[in-house]
Amino acid sequence: MLFMANKKDRVIELKNAVIRFAGDSGDGMQLTGSLFSDSTAIVGNDFATFPDYPAEIRAPQGTISGVSGFQIHFGEKDIHTSGDLADVLVAMNPASLKANMHWITEEAIIIVDTDSFIEKNFKKAGYESNPLTDETLLGHLVIEAPITTLTKEAVKDMQLDSKSAQKSKNMFALGMVFYMFNRGYEGTFKFFEEKFKSKPLVVEANKKVLLAGFNFANTIEAFANTFKVEPAALKKGLYRNVTGNLATSWGFLAAAERSGRNLFLGSYPITPASEILQEISYHKQFEAIAFQAEDEIAGIVSAIGASFTGSLAITSTSGPGLSLKSEAIGLAVMTELPIVIVDVQRGGPSTGLPTKSEQSDLMQALYGRNGEAPVIVIAALSSADCFYAAYEASKLTLEHMTPVILLTDGFLANGSEVFLIPKVSSLPEIKAPIVKANDPDYKPYKRDEKKLSRSWALPGTEGLRHRLGGLEKEDVTGNVSQDPLNHEKMVKLRQEKVNKVAEYIPELSIQGNAKSDLLVVGWGGTYGVILTAIEELREEGFNISFVQFKHIMPLPKNTEKVFSAFKKIVVCENNMGQFVNYLKMSFPQHEYLQYNKIQGLPFKVSELKDHFISILNK
Amino acid sequence: MDNIIDTKKLTLTKKDFESDQMVKWCPGCGDHAILKSVENVFPELGIPKEDFVVVSGIGCSSRFPYYMNTYGIHGIHGRAAALATGIKLANPKLSVWMITGDGDSMAIGGNHFIHVVRRNPDINILLFNNKIYGLTKGQFSPTSPKGSKTKTSPQGTFEAPFNPGELVIGAHGKFFARVVDTNIKMMTQVFTEAAKHKGTSIVEILENCVIFNNKIHALITSRETKDENQLFLEAGKPMIFGKEKDKGIVLRGTHLEVVKIGENGISEEDILIHDPYSADSGIHVMLSSMMPPEFPAALGVIRSVKSETFEDAVWKTIEYEKKNSKLKSVDDLLRTGNTWIKE
Repeated sequence: MLFMANKKDRVIELKNAVIRFAGDSGDGMQLTGSLFSDSTAIVGNDFATFPDYPAEIRAPQGTISGVSGFQIHFGEKDIHTSGDLADVLVAMNPASLKANMHWITEEAIIIVDTDSFIEKNFKKAGYESNPLTDETLLGHLVIEAPITTLTKEAVKDMQLDSKSAQKSKNMFALGMVFYMFNRGYEGTFKFFEEKFKSKPLVVEANKKVLLAGFNFANTIEAFANTFKVEPAALKKGLYRNVTGNLATSWGFLAAAERSGRNLFLGSYPITPASEILQEISYHKQFEAIAFQAEDEIAGIVSAIGASFTGSLAITSTSGPGLSLKSEAIGLAVMTELPIVIVDVQRGGPSTGLPTKSEQSDLMQALYGRNGEAPVIVIAALSSADCFYAAYEASKLTLEHMTPVILLTDGFLANGSEVFLIPKVSSLPEIKAPIVKANDPDYKPYKRDEKKLSRSWALPGTEGLRHRLGGLEKEDVTGNVSQDPLNHEKMVKLRQEKVNKVAEYIPELSIQGNAKSDLLVVGWGGTYGVILTAIEELREEGFNISFVQFKHIMPLPKNTEKVFSAFKKIVVCENNMGQFVNYLKMSFPQHEYLQYNKIQGLPFKVSELKDHFISILNK
Repeated sequence: MDNIIDTKKLTLTKKDFESDQMVKWCPGCGDHAILKSVENVFPELGIPKEDFVVVSGIGCSSRFPYYMNTYGIHGIHGRAAALATGIKLANPKLSVWMITGDGDSMAIGGNHFIHVVRRNPDINILLFNNKIYGLTKGQFSPTSPKGSKTKTSPQGTFEAPFNPGELVIGAHGKFFARVVDTNIKMMTQVFTEAAKHKGTSIVEILENCVIFNNKIHALITSRETKDENQLFLEAGKPMIFGKEKDKGIVLRGTHLEVVKIGENGISEEDILIHDPYSADSGIHVMLSSMMPPEFPAALGVIRSVKSETFEDAVWKTIEYEKKNSKLKSVDDLLRTGNTWIKE
């Protein structure tokens, strides 16, 4: 569909395009993809990316399970997803072709390295015959290039062994795609010069190979035309590309700076959350401590210790780690200490699908603890939104003295998108309720009248010595209490404190009319894909509306009002229906339809559109 | 006293640390004497009273923070070491005391225990070892001797116990001491030594559970047998014990042996001199392992070796990075790497 645009000389202008780079885990596809992203930024397109790599570090070479991919979606309008299906596939070997045939459009252009299309690789990939010569690729424009041979040829005059020479074959492919999309390569050259500063030979080799690919594409005239995507009309400002995990880490650093608290992250490595721990480890210059604990439990408990002393305390994990942290979250609920628990959701249960994404930890986040243990739950909407979600989670936990669970997911965490860089001073102020020394009115469980939060007395402060702990405490004094009526009062107070947060979070905003034929509801990381489906349907003339929930506990104040204007509500999520059940519990007066996908994969815009149209036609 | 941060003379007394809460341990429990000893020690350390933090896990002993008028936090079962590490790392100027038991730190918290020892933050760990689960009413613990008959081991346990000292030294521990709950003077002296040591100090307290494991340490603590079964170690002094001070420890080959001074040509010069400061832990392990009836139990400071603390190493790096990093603010950070301007 994309390539049916108007032909203008030999350059076809596209509104947007999706490219997928695929190869063996060791072929450098992630780097190729990120270099293409950088050049996309220079051109001024909006874009979103997603890496698709196996759970194994280096699965057997040439097999399907060893295929590593990187997808980029770029356009002249706002881009909210990394794209359903690719318009261009770069396949460095038969396995990467086979693994990605489901992820390309019917008329996609395919670039292959013919050098790797040999008998033994067909077998490894599970092809019975050569897919380039049988009917496998009917309907596709296939660009056959002996990439390995040409790469070696390009550097034959240099003193490189053949292994090192072959390593840069990904740059040959990149050069071809640069030509195809009328891109300049100066920025990429600059990258080589910086990255391989101490290895001038490698810089030279990469430049030569990239140029060779570029010129090869130009010379062979295999492309009937090339393509161009006009710059996007983004807001003025300074931009960069961020992954969700990077944005999450930076959101916390910004919140620590703005609140005047030191950041303390107690964590344990787990896919797909480890990058948060890694990133914070680099920021000791901001007095941020990243403590890699001996396990998930020590990760959160050390953070609770740091919170007691006055740090902005964070722990980061994924589903299995959230399970291990449950008891400690209860301790933070009971001691009413601030802490943010980041759960980068992945496919479960148990070890599940570590590198794939799901939204199936929602019930665990809301209720997965012993006793009545309410916490604030918020869910980031996109990779760039992870920055604001982490910042808001920090603000809420510090100002309301209540643990916050921040849900992101594997797609947001590893995916990237364009991020308008804010000034930290422009972010909302964060004021933690820290008690002054010798405050005569201080009582450990005395509460703020509006928020119901207790105040924060830090060890080392004169005149405020007190004891906290997991045993139930007496209202106001904080002494240990087993009194039945006091317990009931405290349970209700802890819930009421969380409910009050509704006064401090934004209301739901509807995309589309406040009243229409169908309200589509999503939450968290599905925002971009649902929004794209809705925008397209509205352009096609459908009367359809959309709300995406970022705040889950408590729900925005106007939720009921928004819902009551609609006869049909459909809730879309990547699980069996955890959010829809929560909505049924909260607002049982409405009927809810649901659309669920539990494949470790995000929704496709096309499947959402089809589903919404079928509801509208009923 | 190299970990004392405030050297101005403080006129604190025991009273400053007594809480107004009713102490709810069983009458006759060893915990009472330990509490008294800690209240003796705190006012003497020259540390402002608001700089103490008492941390615990779960178990009878872990109620301790509620009975001290300091900052305190009663955690969850087994995790006190992680709490203490977070507190000390986030605010190194605090004097952190961790109260734990043999169930809390040798079983459910065994992992955290060995890791806190390995990392060596400057915290003081008082390990109440009564060799039984008291709060849950009498099940065997990881330190119960093999064959112990308890509610969950009616035929006796089938498993070998941990010796905390061996575990500490095996985890590269730098300070290990042992005391008995029957001797407040000894506890006061050794807790003070532990406080002065910069790094993780573990004091194992041989403690009696009057209800569920009465007299478990009787061979070591009872009036009739204690002189023959206690060896109180002092740096630079020979390892002599016994009512008549006529017994000692010698190293024979690779083993320790009890000898009688004056018999078989043994004189005082032959007796081992205690060196807690030796980096080599060989003798320290052997001393930790000694138990009656073959040997006296070694008490006092068994090992005390200087080493950089975890928080010092971390904060040294923080100071270095603050001085040398090009990034002075999060605004700087957000603008690193590839950025582009949209006009």
